[in-house]
Amino acid sequence: MSKKTLQKKQLGRKTRRQIPEGQEEEFYRAGQWQLVWWKFRRHKLAQMAMVVLGILYFIAIFAEFASPHDPLRRYKQYLSFPPTAIHIRDAQGRFHTPFIYGMKMGRDPVTFRPTYEENTSIIYPIGLFVRGDPYKLWGLIPSDIHLFGVGGGDEVMPLFLMGTDTIGRDVLSRIFYGARISLSVGLIGIAISFVLGLLLGGISGFFGGVVDEIIQRVIEVITTLPTIPLFMALAAALPREWPQLRIYFATTLILSILGWTGLARTVRGRLLSMREEDFVLAAKLDGESEAAIIARYMIPGFLSYIIVSLTGSLPGMILGETSLSFLGIGLNPPTISWGVMLQDAQDIMNVAHYPWILWPVPVVVLAVLMFNFLGDGLRDAADPYVS
Amino acid sequence: MSDQVLAEIKNLHTYFYLAEGVVRAVDGVDLTIKAGRTLGIVGESGCGKSITALSLMQLVPSPGKIEEGEITYYQTIHQTESASTSNVIEITKLKPNSREMRAIRGNQISMVFQEPMAAMLPVRTVGAQIMEAIMLHQQVNKVEARERAIDILARAKLPNADRIVDTYPFQLSGGMRQRALSCNPDILIADEPTTALDVTTEAQILDLMRELQREYNMAIMYITHNLGVIAEMAQEVAVMYMGKVVEQTDVASIFRNPLHPYTQALLRSIPQLDDVMARAGQKKRLETIKGMVPDPYSVLPGCSFHPRCPQFMEGVCNEVEPAVIEVEPGHIVRCHLYASRSTKARAN
Amino acid sequence: MTKQTNTHSASQIQAQPPLLEVKALKKYFPIQRGFFKRVVGHVKAVDGVDFYVNEGETMGLVGESGCGKTTTGRCILKAIAPSSGEIWFQDPNLGRIDVSTLEHEQLIHVRRNMRMIFQDPYASLNPRMTLLEIVGAPLRAMNLASGKELEDRVAEMLRRVGLRPEYMRRYPHAFSGGQRQRIGLARALAPQPKFLVCDEPVSALDVSVQAQILNLLQELQEEMGLTYLFVAHDLSVVAHISERVAVMYVGKMVEMATTHELFMTPKHPYTEALMSAIPRPDPTPRDKRILLTGEVANPAKPPSGCYFHPRCTYVKDICKTEEPAFDEISPGHFVKCHRAAELNLSGVMNLA
Repeated sequence: MSKKTLQKKQLGRKTRRQIPEGQEEEFYRAGQWQLVWWKFRRHKLAQMAMVVLGILYFIAIFAEFASPHDPLRRYKQYLSFPPTAIHIRDAQGRFHTPFIYGMKMGRDPVTFRPTYEENTSIIYPIGLFVRGDPYKLWGLIPSDIHLFGVGGGDEVMPLFLMGTDTIGRDVLSRIFYGARISLSVGLIGIAISFVLGLLLGGISGFFGGVVDEIIQRVIEVITTLPTIPLFMALAAALPREWPQLRIYFATTLILSILGWTGLARTVRGRLLSMREEDFVLAAKLDGESEAAIIARYMIPGFLSYIIVSLTGSLPGMILGETSLSFLGIGLNPPTISWGVMLQDAQDIMNVAHYPWILWPVPVVVLAVLMFNFLGDGLRDAADPYVS
Repeated sequence: MSDQVLAEIKNLHTYFYLAEGVVRAVDGVDLTIKAGRTLGIVGESGCGKSITALSLMQLVPSPGKIEEGEITYYQTIHQTESASTSNVIEITKLKPNSREMRAIRGNQISMVFQEPMAAMLPVRTVGAQIMEAIMLHQQVNKVEARERAIDILARAKLPNADRIVDTYPFQLSGGMRQRALSCNPDILIADEPTTALDVTTEAQILDLMRELQREYNMAIMYITHNLGVIAEMAQEVAVMYMGKVVEQTDVASIFRNPLHPYTQALLRSIPQLDDVMARAGQKKRLETIKGMVPDPYSVLPGCSFHPRCPQFMEGVCNEVEPAVIEVEPGHIVRCHLYASRSTKARAN
Repeated sequence: MTKQTNTHSASQIQAQPPLLEVKALKKYFPIQRGFFKRVVGHVKAVDGVDFYVNEGETMGLVGESGCGKTTTGRCILKAIAPSSGEIWFQDPNLGRIDVSTLEHEQLIHVRRNMRMIFQDPYASLNPRMTLLEIVGAPLRAMNLASGKELEDRVAEMLRRVGLRPEYMRRYPHAFSGGQRQRIGLARALAPQPKFLVCDEPVSALDVSVQAQILNLLQELQEEMGLTYLFVAHDLSVVAHISERVAVMYVGKMVEMATTHELFMTPKHPYTEALMSAIPRPDPTPRDKRILLTGEVANPAKPPSGCYFHPRCTYVKDICKTEEPAFDEISPGHFVKCHRAAELNLSGVMNLA
């Protein structure tokens, strides 16, 4: 027995052994997805990433409710306001639930930039489910309940956890609304890539021959093109006068043009190797039709690989949107996305004086990192039958 | 110097510590390797025969560890043609990646694998890989190393050695690859080297190994599950089951007078040509060993073969671990059936 | 089990024709190059093979890797379409038909009676299906059973191959190599076939498990009246299980005879060399051993004349230029050698 087969056997038994005594039958009867889940569960980092991404997508979906403010509302008296400090102990040394002080605005006599000073005599406790700016959830359900904040009213000091931008809009609320666009551009882009990749990869792998040859050469050409200039050229070709929604879809389309090639290769490769599998031949001899073989034997065999491949290309899509919008050739104000928010950071003076406008950067990094961790975990778990 | 001892394995225990439990891959093995002799190790997959060999090379894959025992290598240093001195090396005391161990490995103890392809890098020519091994162990320049490489290939009976030196491993057939690997070490460990080959190629390789052995007085440790190959190659045979040597003796006794019920069952479960021919067309069933090899994590009380043994004795075999019994001089067995027949019972 | 040797020579036409008769079977795989897949040559995997299998017997098909024995087995079921040749099968419903000409519905119909088991017990079972789905697949796809009846038949099949019917909700990962081979056997036998191609069914198994599967194959053959084509490279195993054996070399059939005759008195020099090379679990030294020189011929560029001539110790001039015919030199004994009649070759016993 060679070293390799030995290791393979041991790892194969490993999966078996993580099942507690007395639950073997459950393991023996576990289907593919159950095994994938068991294997995934051992990948702690990926599980954490899944929780973080879950929270991010929850925020994106319920942005109106999760944000403390209306992302378009300008607080004219709080321009470029720094992140509000949260206290739990007041000037007299008494403890409270988390609160903020009122602020007094002044002007720097030399630079004329606004300066803010805490007024320790008034405290505003931070509450959950407080009333604030009115909104319509998904443009349908009217409400003014926000997940957290200091409550409504103009006389109240608003809570700016990440500060405000140069025209007085709450950065945190804009990040939450931006997540809706930035995180969904990737998903829609992936959906389009998925269809293209599956279709073209499937045709390529299934029919082979000249069709395969042509598709493979096209993929090679596309993958050799430099990404950013191509994005820029395509994005620049979008008419300026288009409504933002249409620009949004056009952007996702541009992103997916490059995204499908990797997937198509994965699909083709798996199809080709699967056609040679003994169990596929056995199915043919069992009298299964071509369609049944593809649907019941082959697709379940590489579905998990496709999911891995898709998760792997999501970060690229998110980064693509951010870069394009940052450069001003993707989405533009008044649309809110992380890339659009970073347009403010193009002015080095802004960054120097109000560094909190860079908050979208760590958020993008977080999202991309989490997708990578998740992808790692999924890749390890994708095929529970080989180790 | 035909009976000169080259290596001794004493009470070797190699365990694998996995999150799910401890696998006692090798669990108390004693073996002696002699110059010019072939020691055959037989057993089914998972019996620990490969791990024993890898332990001897200090190549136990992680998370495996030599837990206990001694491996002593009596290194021969040729000073002149006639004079040589012996150097005693405790292999278990050497670090797997130490310079001494690497010098021994490949130079004096080398290994041929079941998958010859896996042991060679596919991206470099055969010659380059042999030359590298030569230059690592001997002070020679590139040109000399190349000549030696061609010489080694020629000695391994490869046609057109000077051409093969520049080919890539994938361009060679299985048998040719297998040959390209054999140099002239003191000890050659052959781990199922012919299992992936056809019978006629296998016969060629076995013949070649015997020839090289005669020429260089090399010791061979031959690991296989194929009893036929053992009969042809080995002088001494050790039968392993679940990490232990259950029977060990010379090759004739293993086949003529097997003592351990496992050895007996193994021999009866393979189709024998003479027997088939004697039946002249009459069909017959093979004898089988009931059940299968237990889970490697399990530690069975008493003899590890007892759940499958046809001569199981309740209260003995499933409770007391059998000692190593020397039934006749040079014929040892680990079985309670022979407790009274021992010439001298050795403590386990 | 003694069987009347029947042959397909004109002189001995019998009332009962063989269950399977393969004539001049060829399978060439094209070697393609370049963008437009231009065919630059052919790998002659199977290059004109003739043999027959009688009902109820086990026919062994041996040869070294790449000799085309697996391809031959697959062509018989038209798992791979043969390039040319005839495959006459005595189907209980369709009568005597040439499988190579069948398509779609008829092919599925004939595959109810011709089934196959595979070498690799891991690759041949879909890991994503339960035993019920795997063993039930042929019954469902061939419209032989459904619902409760299908479940009952799967349970019965599992019992027959020595597995517990409760296992049908389990997935293949719950089973060892030997048990998986039993599952593969249950799947093959589910539609109650007549004929089974066994493609190296025990070569991936451990010695003790191998014996269990071989015994099971013999038991099932007797119970269900099966006929086997047993493709393998292990000659001892083939000798043990087969009534007759055929030997292939580089895509061609070189010898075919009853097991006893072939092993005791081989007539082809290649068969003799094979017999000589078998490692025997017997430490008695053998005095004579034929070692073949060189490598197996490349099926894309086979040598002229007899394909075996570059390695043959008995080679003569005619062997280099003319391909010998596959002749019946004694009843039921076919050899493809110019010198078959004059050579006195050693069988397994003479070598011991």
